[in-house]
Amino acid sequence: MSKRLVQAEFNVERDPERCIQCQVCVRQCSNQVHAYDEEAEQVTCDEASCVGCQRCATLCPTGAITIKKAPPDFAPDNNWTSDVIQNIYRQAETGGVLLSAMGNDTAKTSWWDNILLNASQVTNPSIDPLREPMELTTFLGAKPNAVELSFDDQGGPSLATKLAPQLVLSTPIMFSAMSYGAISYNAFESLARAAGQYGTFANSGEGGLHKDFWPHGPNMIVQVASGRFGVDIDYLKVAAAVEIKIGQGAKPGIGGHLPGEKVDERISQTRMIPVGSDAISPAPHHDIYSIEDLRQLIYSLKEATRYQKPISVKIAAVHNVAAIASGIVRAGADIVAIDGYKGGTGAAPTMIRNNVGIPIEFALAAVDDRLRQEGIRNQASVVACGGFRSSADVVKAIALGADAVYIGTAALVALGCHLCQKCYTGKCNWGIATQDPYLTRRLNPDIGARRLVNLLRGWSHEIKEMMGGMGINAIESLRGNREHLRGVGLSDRELSILGIKAAGE
Amino acid sequence: MKRIVAKEEYCMNCRLCEVHCLVSHSRSKDLIKAFRQERGEIVPRITVERLGAVSFAVQCRHCDEPACVEACMTGALSRDPVTGEVTHDPQRCVGCWMCVMVCPTGAIRRDKSGHVAAKCDLCLETGTPACVANCPNEALVIEEDND
Ligand code: SF4
Ligand code: SF4
Ligand code: SF4
Ligand code: SF4
Ligand code: SF4
Repeated sequence: MSKRLVQAEFNVERDPERCIQCQVCVRQCSNQVHAYDEEAEQVTCDEASCVGCQRCATLCPTGAITIKKAPPDFAPDNNWTSDVIQNIYRQAETGGVLLSAMGNDTAKTSWWDNILLNASQVTNPSIDPLREPMELTTFLGAKPNAVELSFDDQGGPSLATKLAPQLVLSTPIMFSAMSYGAISYNAFESLARAAGQYGTFANSGEGGLHKDFWPHGPNMIVQVASGRFGVDIDYLKVAAAVEIKIGQGAKPGIGGHLPGEKVDERISQTRMIPVGSDAISPAPHHDIYSIEDLRQLIYSLKEATRYQKPISVKIAAVHNVAAIASGIVRAGADIVAIDGYKGGTGAAPTMIRNNVGIPIEFALAAVDDRLRQEGIRNQASVVACGGFRSSADVVKAIALGADAVYIGTAALVALGCHLCQKCYTGKCNWGIATQDPYLTRRLNPDIGARRLVNLLRGWSHEIKEMMGGMGINAIESLRGNREHLRGVGLSDRELSILGIKAAGE
Repeated sequence: MKRIVAKEEYCMNCRLCEVHCLVSHSRSKDLIKAFRQERGEIVPRITVERLGAVSFAVQCRHCDEPACVEACMTGALSRDPVTGEVTHDPQRCVGCWMCVMVCPTGAIRRDKSGHVAAKCDLCLETGTPACVANCPNEALVIEEDND
C-alpha cells in the first residue's frame, strides 16, 4: 500500500498533569482516536482520524484535553492552501467526490454583517419590551387581496371574505427541514417537542413522519420531495402544512441519498421502504418539468387536504430566483421558502455546497421586490432560510421582506452540534446526525427540547428588544420595512439589489 | 423515599457517574487528587453495566426488604425505618463479603484499603448524590416514591 499523503487535521493534546486515566474520552470518541493501553496503563491517541468535534474535550472531567486545528504547515501559498492541497491528496487516493456536511464554510461574507439596524432617537420614542406589549405572532399563508365586511341588522360587522388557511407562529422562527434518517430519532423528537412547546413549527424533511411523532402533527410541516418517502394520505392529514421540496440551499440541483446501512426498522417504517435499502431522492421531481406541473402537484395536495392546509414550496436560492418564486406563487403556493447558499445538509458534494446557489440576502430582497411589483406579494408568505446565526440575522431578514425564517444549523448547535461537518460519516459524536444506537442515546430529548425552547425564547426576546429600539411594537410593522436597514461596505449595485440605503444616507 | 432511577435509554456509557462517585467518597474531594492519591484504596459505589449499545448505572436500590441487611452478621448494614435508606457502618463491618454475595443487583463492592464493604450511601456526606449531579445526560434522576 502506498503511503497516504493526507495529514491530520487536528492535534489532540492531553495534559498529563490533569489526566486521571478515567477513559471517558476512549468511550466517547466514535472515531477511535483515544485508546487505553492496558500494559502501559495509559490513554493513548491516534489523531489522524480526529474530526475536531470536541466531544472528548467537553466530557473530560479534568479538562485535560485540548483539540487544536492543525493546519499542515505546507509552504505558505494563498492559492494552494493546505485545504486545497489536502483535498487533492484525498481525491488522488480515492478517485471519489469530496463530501461535506452542514453549510458552505468558505470565507465569503455573510451579507447580514454588512447590514445595520436602525434605532429611535429624539423624534420617535423607542419602546421597552419589558414594560409594553410587543407582538411577534406571525401568520403564514395567502392573504386576501381585499377584506370585505358584512353587517347584520344592528350594524354589527363580520368578515365576509373567506380567509385562506394560515399557520400561526408565536415567533417568526421555525425549524427547517431535517429528516429522521439524516438526524436521529431523539434529535427529531427534540425539534418536534420544542416547536409544540413554543408555538411554532418543525419540518419533517423528506423522510416521512414516524407514527410516534403523529401527536406532534399540529406543529409539523411535512415535506413531499422527489423521493416521495413516507407520503400517504394520513401523513398529509396529520400535519399542519405540506411543503413541496424542490431544492435545498446546500446542494441546489442535486438529490439526496440515505445509505442503506442507516435504514433500520424504524426508518424503514417511516420512509416506507425496505430495511437496508438505499433511500434515493432523485434530483428532479419526475412529475415536475414546468410551473404547470408544479401547479398540478400543489392543487393535488390542496385537494387531498381539503383546502384546509397551507401548501409551501421550498426552493434553493439560484440565479433567477425572483422569476421562479413568482411562478411558484402564481402556481398557487401559500408559502414560498427560499434556502440560501449557506443552508446546511447532512451530506453534499463539497464543490456543490461551496459554489452553487446565491446568498439568501440577495435572493430574499429580489423575491420580495418582484412579488410586490407584480402585485402578488400578499398571495404567499415568504420564508427565508440558509445560515441564520442569530436574532439579528432574523430581524434583518424580516426587514428585508421575509415573513419568517427557518433555522436548521442553529437549532442543531443548540442540541450540541459542534459543526465538525462530518454528518455524512454517520458517526456524529453528539448523537444528532447518526443512527448508531451507541451514539443516538447521547441526545436526551428532555434536554434537547429544553435547550431549543431556550434558544427560541432568547432570540424572541432579542427580536423584541431590537424592534423596541426602532420604535416598532409589532413584527408586522417590521416586515419589508427596509427603511430600518442601512448597508456598510457594499457596492452601489449590491445596495440597489438589496433595496437599502448606505449608512449615512 | 428518594430513589435514584437510571434511564437506560439515555445512558451513554461515559462512566462519569463512577468518576464522581469516587471523588465524592474521597478524602480530598478533588478529582485529580482523589484519582492520583486514593484510587485503588477507594472504589466507586456505582457501576455502569454495558452490553453492546445499551448501558446503565447500577447502585444500591435501598431495597424495602434488603437481603444484605438480612445476611450481615455484625449489623453493619441496617435499614433506617423512617427514611428507608440502607446504610453501612464501616466500623462494624468485618469484611466477610456475605452482603456482596447476596445483593441481587451486585451493588456492593469491596473497599480494598479498609477491607470493608462499600455501597451507595446517597452521598450522605455531601448531601447531593454525585452521580446524579454529574451525569451529563440526565440518565440518572432522583425520584420520590411514596411507598
Ligand atoms: S477523559 Fe480526560 S481525564 Fe479521562 S482519560 Fe481522557 S483525557 Fe484523561
Ligand atoms: S473526533 Fe471528537 S471525540 Fe474524537 S478525539 Fe477528535 S474531538 Fe475528541
Ligand atoms: S451534527 Fe454531528 S456530525 Fe454533524 S456537524 Fe454537528 S456534531 Fe458534527
Ligand atoms: S454518568 Fe450518566 S450517562 Fe454516564 S455512564 Fe453514568 S449514568 Fe450513564
Ligand atoms: S446493597 Fe443490594 S441488597 Fe442491600 S439494599 Fe442495596 S440493593 Fe438491596
